[in-house]
Amino acid sequence: MRLARIAAGGARLVAQLRGGRASVLPGYVALKVAPDLLSTLLTGRALCLVSGTNGKTTTTALVAATLGHGVTTNKDGANLPAGWVSALLDGHSTRAAAPGPVILEVDESYLPAALDAAPKAVVALLNLSRDQLDRHSETRMLALRWRETLAAHPDARVVANVDDPLVVWAASTTTDVTWVAGGAAWHNDAGACPACGALLTRTPTSWSCPVCGLARPEPTIECRADQVRVTGVEYPYSLALPGRANRGNLAVAIGASRALGVPTEAALEAVARVHAVSGRYARYCVGTHEVILLLAKNPAGWVETLDVIDDVLPDGHGTVVVAVNARGPDGRDPSWLWDVPFEQLVGRAVIATGERATDLAVRLDHAGVAYRKDTREPLVAALCARDNPVVIAATYTNFLALSRELDRGT
Amino acid sequence: MARDSAIDIALVFPELLGTYGDGGNALVLQRRLARRGIAAHIIDVAITDAIPRQAAIYLLGGGEDSPQFAALDALRASGALHHAVDNGAVLLAVCAGFQLIGTSLPHPDGTSVPGLGLVDAVTTRAPARLVGEVAVRDDALGTGWLVGFENHRGVTALGPGELPLGPRQPERDCATDGVVHGWIVGTYLHGPVLARNPRFADQLLEWVAGPLVPLADPQAELLHDERYAELRTARTWPRWVRRPRRSVPPRP
Repeated sequence: MRLARIAAGGARLVAQLRGGRASVLPGYVALKVAPDLLSTLLTGRALCLVSGTNGKTTTTALVAATLGHGVTTNKDGANLPAGWVSALLDGHSTRAAAPGPVILEVDESYLPAALDAAPKAVVALLNLSRDQLDRHSETRMLALRWRETLAAHPDARVVANVDDPLVVWAASTTTDVTWVAGGAAWHNDAGACPACGALLTRTPTSWSCPVCGLARPEPTIECRADQVRVTGVEYPYSLALPGRANRGNLAVAIGASRALGVPTEAALEAVARVHAVSGRYARYCVGTHEVILLLAKNPAGWVETLDVIDDVLPDGHGTVVVAVNARGPDGRDPSWLWDVPFEQLVGRAVIATGERATDLAVRLDHAGVAYRKDTREPLVAALCARDNPVVIAATYTNFLALSRELDRGT
Repeated sequence: MARDSAIDIALVFPELLGTYGDGGNALVLQRRLARRGIAAHIIDVAITDAIPRQAAIYLLGGGEDSPQFAALDALRASGALHHAVDNGAVLLAVCAGFQLIGTSLPHPDGTSVPGLGLVDAVTTRAPARLVGEVAVRDDALGTGWLVGFENHRGVTALGPGELPLGPRQPERDCATDGVVHGWIVGTYLHGPVLARNPRFADQLLEWVAGPLVPLADPQAELLHDERYAELRTARTWPRWVRRPRRSVPPRP
C-alpha cells in the first residue's frame, strides 16, 4: 500500500512534468504495484458509481456537487480502474480526518470490476446505446453483463433509468432499486425487448413488451420542465446546464444523492450552481469568438447534442463546428455518423473538421447540409467561423484536446 | 433505360438490422440516382410491416444476435425476399445480413440454424471477433478495391459453386470476403459500405437502372481514396497486394 502510494506519487510528478493532468498514470502505476488497491482505498467510504453510455461525466459532477466539500471524484472522465485509483490516491493526500464520500464515473464495461471492489455501492445507471462498437460488446451484451453483475451483488443500491429498456432489464434482478425517469430520446438500440427479443410497444411516454411483459416501471423521481417530483412531492428547481438530457441526468443525480443521504432540497440547491462540467457547456471567449464546447461521440449523444444546440444557438444563429476523429477512444469506426439525424442542421452555418472530416462531409452531403470542410486543427477551424457564437461538437479525442487548449487560453 | 416510375429501395428491418449506420446505404443509392434525374423511393420496412415483393433493391444490414434471428424468422415467414430475388431484384446483404442469406448460421445457444438459403454459404463462429478496417479487391464485379470496416464473430465459407467478391487485406484468417450470386451481393464490409465505395454503389444501380452517366462526387471519392491509402500504409501487406493486377482507374 505504501509502496503503491510512493510509486503513484512519482508517476504523478512525471505526468505533470509532461504537462498532463495526471488523471490516469498514477493509478496505473499503483495498480501494477498493488493490484487489489482499489478495494483497500474504498473500504469504509460511502460510494456512488455512475455508469451508462451518455451523461456519465455530467451526472457524476451533479452528484458530487450535492455532497459538497470533501468528496472524491474522477473529474476528467478517467473512468477506467487506473483513473479511479488516481482520483482516490489524489483525494487521500488531503488527509482528511474522516474520509468523505466517493463518486466514480465508471466505463460501461468496467461496472463489474467496480462492484467487485465495492459491493455495497450506490449504482446509478443512465442508459445504454451503441458507442465504440469496435471496443465494447454490442449493446445488449453490455446490458446482460450489468444484469449478471447486479444479480451477483445483492447489497448494491441501484438507481436506474426507467426510460431505457436495457437499463430496466439489467436492474430488474435487484431488490433495492429506485426507478428514475432519466429520459431517452434515442430508441434505435432498444427496439427489441432485451429479455425476449420481441418488438417493444411504445407510446410517447412509455414502453412495454407485448410478449414477456417487461415494462417501464413507475418512476419515483421525475424531472419536468419546472418541477422535480420525488416520491409524490413536487420541488421547484433550476438547472444551468442546457438541454433535455440534462434534466434526465438531474433526476438520476437526485436519486443517487438521496441514496447517499442528502436531502432533496439541499441537493437541488447544489446542482443549480453547476454551470460547466469538465469543459462541457462552458462558454469560452477566444478573441472575438464565444466558443461552447460539447462532447458528441455517438448517435444517442448527438440526438441530445442537437437539442442543446437549439438551446444555445436559438433561431439558427451562430456556427456549428463538428469535429470527428476515429482513434481508439472515439471508436475506430465512424459508421455511426449515418445514424445521426444531421438533417436537423440544415440551414445552419456548419464547419466539418477533425481527422475524419471526409467521412463527415459525405454524411452531410447526404443530409442536405451546406457545410465548409476545414481540415486544420479543430480550434483553428472554429476560430475562422464568421457567425458567433460557435458551438464545437467533438468526438472524445478532439474534445479532450480542445478543452485543454481552451482551458489554457482563458 | 428510360423509366417511368420511381425505383423502390427496400430497407429491410432497419430497427433490427441497422447497428452500424446501415441506413446510409439507402441514402447513398437514392442520392446517386436523384443526381442523375432518376427518382428513387426508400421504403423503411418495419418488422410488423409486410415486406414489399416488387422493390428493385433490397438492403439487409448488420444486427446483434437476437434481432438477427427475429429478422430471420420474419423473412422466412414472408417469402417476399425469395420472390423478389427470383424475379431479378438486387439484394445487398451486409454483415449479419450476409450471414442470413446463407444456408446456415450459428445460434448463440451453440446450435446451427438454417439461413434463408439464397446463396450456398455456411457461417460458423470464429475463435475471436474480426474487428477493424479492411479492404477487399472486388474481382467479381470489377469495381476495384472496396474499403470498409468489419466487426463480426461469424466467418462465412462459400460452397463450391459460389463466387466471392475477392481477396481481402488484412486477411485476419479469411482469404476472401463476400459473395456475388446473380444480383445478390453479400459482404462483411459493414454499415454504410456504399458511402465509402461509390463505384460499387453505381454497379448495383446499373443493374437496376441501366448504364449511368458518370457522377462527380468529390467527397465520396476522396473518402474511398483516403481509407484505401490509410490501409495501404498502415499495414504490412504481402508483396502481391502492393502490385494489384487491376489498378483503380482514376475517376472522371
